[in-house]
Amino acid sequence: MTDVVYEAEGLRISATRKDGSELPIVKGVDFRVRRGQVVALIGESGSGKTTISLSALGYCKPGLTISGGQARLLGQDVTQMSTEALRPLRGEKVAYLAQSAAATFNPSLRINEQVTEAPVVHGTKTQAQADQRALELYRALDLPNPENIGSRYPHQVSGGQLQRLMAAMALCGDPDLLVLDEPTTALDVTTQIEVLKAFKKVIKDEGTAAIYVTHDLAVVAQIADYIVVLYNGKIQEKGPVDVIVNNPQHPYTKKLMAAVRPKPTAVEGDRTETVRDESPRVAAEHVTAGYGKQVGGLPLVKVLSDVSVDVGHGKTLGIIGESGSGKSTLARTIAGLLPASSGEVSLNGNLLPPDLRKRSKNDLRQIQFVYQMADTALNPRQRIGDILSRPLQFYMGLSGRERRAKVQDLLEMVKLPPEFATRLPHELSGGQKQRVNLARALAADPEVILCDEVTSALDSVVGADVIALLQDLRDNIGVSNVFISHDLSTVASFADEIAVLYAGRVVEKGPTDCVLQPPFHPYTKLLIDSIPEMDTSWLDQKKQAHSTSTKDLAKAWYNAESCPLCSRYPVVAPDPANKEDSIVHQISDKHFIECLRSRRVF
Amino acid sequence: MQALIAKRLFIGLVTMLAVSIIIFLGTKILPGDAAQIRLGQSASAENLANLREKLGLDRPYYQQYLTWLGNFLSGDLGNSLSGDAPISGLIADRYKNTLIVSALTALIGVPISLALGIAAAMYPDSYLDRSVSMLSVVLVAAPEFFTATLLVMFFVLFLGLGSTIVSGSTEGMGLFALIGHFALPIATLCFVIASQMIRMSRAALLNVMASPYIEMAILKGLPRRRIILRHALLNAIGPIVNVVALNLAYLVTGVIVVEVYFSYQGLATLIVQGVQTRDYVMVQSLGMIFCAVYVVIMLIADIAAIMSNPRLRHPR
Repeated sequence: MTDVVYEAEGLRISATRKDGSELPIVKGVDFRVRRGQVVALIGESGSGKTTISLSALGYCKPGLTISGGQARLLGQDVTQMSTEALRPLRGEKVAYLAQSAAATFNPSLRINEQVTEAPVVHGTKTQAQADQRALELYRALDLPNPENIGSRYPHQVSGGQLQRLMAAMALCGDPDLLVLDEPTTALDVTTQIEVLKAFKKVIKDEGTAAIYVTHDLAVVAQIADYIVVLYNGKIQEKGPVDVIVNNPQHPYTKKLMAAVRPKPTAVEGDRTETVRDESPRVAAEHVTAGYGKQVGGLPLVKVLSDVSVDVGHGKTLGIIGESGSGKSTLARTIAGLLPASSGEVSLNGNLLPPDLRKRSKNDLRQIQFVYQMADTALNPRQRIGDILSRPLQFYMGLSGRERRAKVQDLLEMVKLPPEFATRLPHELSGGQKQRVNLARALAADPEVILCDEVTSALDSVVGADVIALLQDLRDNIGVSNVFISHDLSTVASFADEIAVLYAGRVVEKGPTDCVLQPPFHPYTKLLIDSIPEMDTSWLDQKKQAHSTSTKDLAKAWYNAESCPLCSRYPVVAPDPANKEDSIVHQISDKHFIECLRSRRVF
Repeated sequence: MQALIAKRLFIGLVTMLAVSIIIFLGTKILPGDAAQIRLGQSASAENLANLREKLGLDRPYYQQYLTWLGNFLSGDLGNSLSGDAPISGLIADRYKNTLIVSALTALIGVPISLALGIAAAMYPDSYLDRSVSMLSVVLVAAPEFFTATLLVMFFVLFLGLGSTIVSGSTEGMGLFALIGHFALPIATLCFVIASQMIRMSRAALLNVMASPYIEMAILKGLPRRRIILRHALLNAIGPIVNVVALNLAYLVTGVIVVEVYFSYQGLATLIVQGVQTRDYVMVQSLGMIFCAVYVVIMLIADIAAIMSNPRLRHPR
């Protein structure tokens, strides 16, 4: 019994409604974490997993209270302790890692102060001892420039580095228990590997126990020893990782497993066999765009250079690449939000003015945008009906009964019940809000919908539903999609064509099956290889792939004489003899790979 | 960051220039010019023309404007129309009172207000918070003359302390003697400026307190005092500095009611006198000085807000 670090017994947590009644969130949960063990809590949002994990620190989000049961940390029941009594435990015995390191670091304080603060304030280490410990951790977590990184401010390091620095912050006080709340969900696949590796190594070396909260089963398979599957505040199934992954019993676990997309393979992309009208619906040709002042016809900060993509009628173009590669900028350029510096955007063969403000109402109607953050894209004070009415009135001039009827049609189209028209956005779940966003785009009766990471903020199960809806819409009303994501498996599951964007250039483009099978651009291969697999030994087998900051990558593109990836992808050795500019290799009729290197690499 | 500060400075200068043009044109639009005002309605056309030539009023507007601006910048504020005395002399008699009252009010009022606002934010929904919030709501609703009257009733009439009228020379007085001398106007003004600063510092802090990094600080087991003073306050400086600056500017330029109420001679009454006697040269000069005070104080606030932002202080 002595090796139990944390034990929840019949734990109940509830929210207090406005009228004073209680709404149970966590409905009696039992599990224990032993020393050196990583226990994963998995489930979709609303399953109570974050709430349970925070109870290990004796903390509840505002509005929640622990209403029953025990949560014993090293034998002490934290549910019965006062805030003052809990203070010495927090940061010392148990430490927390949040989903977004960018929001969790105080922007006004230097990193080192924040990392070393807990043990120094608690008096368990002197500042010098804490600094020493922090330095060890920076080294252990493979952070660049460990001697100096602490003197920087949070905005001066990259997202992946900040996520690792947060781990250093949690570990600095040598806690017995780490609580990790979706620590890699917000990261690109390529960065996620690095961070996961660092976490796993540190947890192993330090012998710390951990509670790992996530909705991503493939990640869990890499890092956890024991899995607790949660749904609606109750444990559905729990057991050692091998058992749950290889032989799930509970239907909900099976559903979660099904939502994990297998590694994309050549046969997976759907192909519409019938060859329709071949002229593209929307096309961007040789587009160069960026931010800042225009100097000599080029923007100061160039984000896209010479990008050409097109989407056919009723087709889906998937655009993938990691953050900073210019995916969203491309969508903004097509929509006219960011006018291209050079190059053309055309709709049904007609040239569109680069600037949104110069486009006609009909041009605007035909291209609609759906944003990643469903929350912030909806006006919190407007009812769903009003939100959907606005484009109907603006584009179609509808009013009165006609408009109300159309709102009902739209809700039905995105599979929401009609009574949602009178709801406010905050009454809806994340997936429902994203459906409303889609409905708003559909209200304009568009030809093209630009979907910018629409499923990235959603759980796998909810995200899969939204994808299914998009597929339906494409098949039934023939709307074309530009689907932007950093998640290759999501894109691969339903895009007809894929364009791989890297440092602002299309490095590979072609039908989905062609892109997903060799020959690859080395970057495409890196993306495919970075997707975690449902194999518990996958992470350990991964070769070291160094991640570089996007800024350096962009620099490399414009300066390097050799392939910008060679520093990161050692399989492809640099070829100093090759001084030619980028070459476009035509692999097949519609499949292109652009690389600075010569063809024999592939 | 230097570029940003330079930009602010430039905008400040442009604002001043624009205001000088508006002030100049404004006084030109008014019926009757300086010669007319000096000589009165019954003056002969010949006398008027002579005086106009002497004062340069017959020249084109832009020349008059440039001369006026040039003189103003070199410290020559011209002569008052009503008394024919140099305006700089009139201002010199008064600016001290204004400066002393506003400086002392700021010295006492700003720290107390901020401390109350921060204390209220430290213990939200406590009795302290509720009483402070109530106080600030009452204060924001009470006009200056009402507050002043209450203070006079209590201190002068009820306790028999001090007098309603602030008079006499302040020559050679020490800090505490000055505070005693201007006690009632200072107290009135402290109440006037307190409410906005209390509410703003409380709101700015509570806003920061809702951010994830504060939750993280709680989960690191830090004491509440450290969370507020080290983690939250640094991120709330921008809005707080701004509201403090607005109130300081008001202290220099807007205390007319208080000056009249306690009958001491300050700059705000001077400009009102200028308007009453149609002494537009005086109005022009004081208008420019008030504008300069406003611009300088807001500039300092802007620069402080820029400096408090680490993203601007330490670019990537």
